[in-house]
Amino acid sequence: MTSAAQMTPRGFKKQASAALEDVSLQRALGNVRDGFIAKRSKAVAKLPEFDDLRDQAREIKDHVIENLDVYLERFEQNVVMQGGTVHWAADTKAAQEAVLTICRLVGARTVTKGKSMIGEEIHVNPFLEENGIEPVETDLGEYIIQLREEPPSHIIAPAIHVNKEQVADAFLEHHTDLPRDRNLTDNAALLAEARAKLRDRFLEADVGITGANFLIAETGSTVIVTNEGNGDLTQTLPRIHIVLASIEKVVPTLEDASTLFRVLARSATGQEMSVYTTVSTGPRRPGDLDGPEQFHVVLVDNGRSKLIGSDWQDILRCIRCGACLNHCPVYSAVGGHAYGSTYPGPMGKVLTPVIMGIKEAGQLPNASSFCGRCEEVCPMHIPLPKMMRHWREEEFNRGLSPRLGRWALGFWSRAAGMPWLYRLGARMSIAWMSRKARKLGRPFGAGQLPLAGGWTGHRDFPAPQGITFQSAWRKAKREPSRRPLGPGR
Amino acid sequence: MTDAAPLPSARAGILGRIQSRLDARTDRTAREASAKERLADRRANLVPARGQLAPADQVNLFVRMAEEADATVTRVAAATDVPAAVSDWLRQNNRPMNVRRAPDPTLDAYPWAAEALLTVEAGKAESTDETSVTAAHCGVAETGTLMLTSAEDRPTTLNFLPESHIVVLRADQVVGSYEDGWTLLRQTQTVDSGWIMPRTVNFITGPSRSADIEQTLQLGAHGPRQLHIIVVGEAADDDNAEDGENSDNPV
Amino acid sequence: MARNIVPRSQSPAPAGGSADLRSFEIPAPAAEGPGVGKRVGLFATCLVDLFRPTVGFAAARLLADAGCSVVVPAAQTCCGQPAWNSGDRRGAKRVARTVIRAFEGFDYVVAPSGSCAGMLRHQYPDLFAGDRKWLPQAAALAARTWELTSFLVDEMGVNTVAAKYDGLCTYHDSCSSLREMKVKDAPRTLLASVEGAGLAELATPEICCGFGGAFCVKYPDISNHMVTDKVRDVVATGADTLLAGDMGCLLNIAGKLSREGQTVRCYHVAEVLAGVAAPPIGEPLPKPEKGQ
Repeated sequence: MTSAAQMTPRGFKKQASAALEDVSLQRALGNVRDGFIAKRSKAVAKLPEFDDLRDQAREIKDHVIENLDVYLERFEQNVVMQGGTVHWAADTKAAQEAVLTICRLVGARTVTKGKSMIGEEIHVNPFLEENGIEPVETDLGEYIIQLREEPPSHIIAPAIHVNKEQVADAFLEHHTDLPRDRNLTDNAALLAEARAKLRDRFLEADVGITGANFLIAETGSTVIVTNEGNGDLTQTLPRIHIVLASIEKVVPTLEDASTLFRVLARSATGQEMSVYTTVSTGPRRPGDLDGPEQFHVVLVDNGRSKLIGSDWQDILRCIRCGACLNHCPVYSAVGGHAYGSTYPGPMGKVLTPVIMGIKEAGQLPNASSFCGRCEEVCPMHIPLPKMMRHWREEEFNRGLSPRLGRWALGFWSRAAGMPWLYRLGARMSIAWMSRKARKLGRPFGAGQLPLAGGWTGHRDFPAPQGITFQSAWRKAKREPSRRPLGPGR
Repeated sequence: MTDAAPLPSARAGILGRIQSRLDARTDRTAREASAKERLADRRANLVPARGQLAPADQVNLFVRMAEEADATVTRVAAATDVPAAVSDWLRQNNRPMNVRRAPDPTLDAYPWAAEALLTVEAGKAESTDETSVTAAHCGVAETGTLMLTSAEDRPTTLNFLPESHIVVLRADQVVGSYEDGWTLLRQTQTVDSGWIMPRTVNFITGPSRSADIEQTLQLGAHGPRQLHIIVVGEAADDDNAEDGENSDNPV
Repeated sequence: MARNIVPRSQSPAPAGGSADLRSFEIPAPAAEGPGVGKRVGLFATCLVDLFRPTVGFAAARLLADAGCSVVVPAAQTCCGQPAWNSGDRRGAKRVARTVIRAFEGFDYVVAPSGSCAGMLRHQYPDLFAGDRKWLPQAAALAARTWELTSFLVDEMGVNTVAAKYDGLCTYHDSCSSLREMKVKDAPRTLLASVEGAGLAELATPEICCGFGGAFCVKYPDISNHMVTDKVRDVVATGADTLLAGDMGCLLNIAGKLSREGQTVRCYHVAEVLAGVAAPPIGEPLPKPEKGQ
């Protein structure tokens, strides 16, 4: 089986099928269905203004995107004024280099990290390792998957695919200084062990890297939203704080950020407010007893600027709450790794082709039944299915979609564009199918209907009634005296 | 940025791409005006009704919401009661009788010496500290959230390193919404040229937690396992509540 | 007078015998009713056309009972969704133009499907975005297109039907009805008036059944996982009948129920509301008798 780290969007179909057979993964995914969905709907029900807040949240981000150049410049200006530094990175490589350069300035050997999806997107961990710097993930979920050498499978719950027995195994394998017979059967013991192990790492790190949920133009501040407190230890204890953020994270004012706080936690974990929402502005000030000596913000583009004015602009509103993943029937069936991309689920189906190209990631926007639940729960009203359809269009126009499908589709839409041909074809195929069905005496099973293996592999195909509606209607109209009409011909 | 030096290429590239795409739709000067206006206005968006209660109700809501987020709350009549409340809480929770407190003048004023069995040291947090005591900037009623700000006398590490965190909050510091918290901040963090954003603003809602193992909630992930809030005194009178709006100057 | 639809267990004759097929009547519009004087173009949808003509007749009957004069334009085919959802805008436009032409001049266009009605109502304007010739016509069609149950309840103000059904039903909301067309209460309102029919709701009525058009054949394993969950939910309600307003979902769920050997009967909700008698989905109609 392909390890999670080697999975690619191209392999989605195969990876998804393997995931469906993975008993332990399926058990873990039950926690998505039972946990997040119920908690979100409870939190939403408790805030009558929630939908109005969503509308305003959308307006805020739309306003930012429409004026993004100005807000980014203002943000930069204010960071600099507060004594921080802004680094601009057009792509993954530039972002990696920016981080490395800062780490080298202070001769960093270990770097602690708060959970950051942009950090995953630019593969900063393997890059630092290659350059002799040890990155230590400090979010519990990220720590677990770092030990297991796999990528996150969810944007806010990175280890959602892992069962606690597997966590215990990872700890036994890596925490070799502890007695092997210690009790690792309950969650509290596992958490306590991770807390103790990571405490030393926080204190010894030279650099702390966090992501940012928001950047505030008004003050040049960066915001992280967490529950564990690891992000705050990561950014407060080391000498250097590096913030990795993509360019669309900027919001105008503290007031605007406050509106987004109200929709973020409720949509993500169903909390009224996450435990820690931290607004950081520049490095340690004269007289301060703690805090980083240097404050760096790496602003990453990686394809986002090209989305402005495109069919995918609205994905720039995304605040990474994960609600679309939690409510997606495909995500909850196969988990995050099968997508083979940094971002799984509906938002990932839209964003991954931006980062990797539609040729590489074409499977993802196709793997949706367009059930629309993602858009329904999205706090930012992002029309995710519509944007997946735009990717399919892009794929179709570039001739990248599978040939057989294109041929069948072309045939169907030509026929459906010519009513007489459609009626003839419909009558003939239904007559043929009905004869076959009557012979069988039951619905079509596996292998009993040509070209329908995708359907009949898992379910029967119900027998048709034997006449098309249009034929029956016209017949009834022609021969009103001969009611009741029988079907067939 | 106005200096004449050539722009770094990545910056120019990214901003150039954004600009050329936006220029197709709007005028740069119009964008500047629109952003400038929004930044100057700092207008509050919709504030939920529960964030706009009368002061006494706000305090009650704050307490209820904080408790729902697994914090514990004690109310005391006067600031002079705080050291005793700290001792009581430590005893009730079987915590060691020593605390690290912020070297904050607000806390300096309390009669710590009256608690003979309590050891109190002021300073930033050390990794060995068991319990910290800090003072809040304010409390936000709508979600039971504490708003703490960093300063010379308010080190941030006290909010995260110790096992237990005790926060002192005057009842008249409880505001309705996050927006009220920012307004208060802009009024209090003033310098000659306007107001200044603290290096760190921590919104804290309950003790640290993680649900990363099987989505089962566990308290005390990396930050404090216990968050205890001591609310001092009573809410401000109703008529004081609307005072002082927009009396601040932007930097 | 209440029309009666006989559940399978008591049905006079299973497949092969003689069943009451008066469901293939063209209904005459009621003399009185909210729809009197309204010409309604019935968009049967291709799945009803091909696999379940009784649904078309049932829809026509419900519309006629409301007083509408029902027309079935011969030039109708498919709504174009297969092409549109596969990214083939040109192909989808070709089909959509056929639909637009076929349904010109009606007061309303009604489909017994949230999915196809949603395509006309919400997707056509997107499909023809920037097309100066066709966009106005597409938008006009969109504005008068309705899903059947929602048309009856929300536009015609019909809240009751005269039908009987002996059975405990559960109702599957199609995603497009629920989320695109915002239809949730209408079918339930009407079902509540069906004599003898009970309703046991699914535990997770918002979740997709896994049909998704081409999705179910392009990603059969994922689709199977979804329909397996849905079938489990259906069976857990204890209902003997599954109803839905979209043939796609019905073919999918009925096919899975059949594969799993479950005895739950599946009907389009219009069939029960109109009291048309036919064997449930999946059972072929009996052979026509000689001389008929």
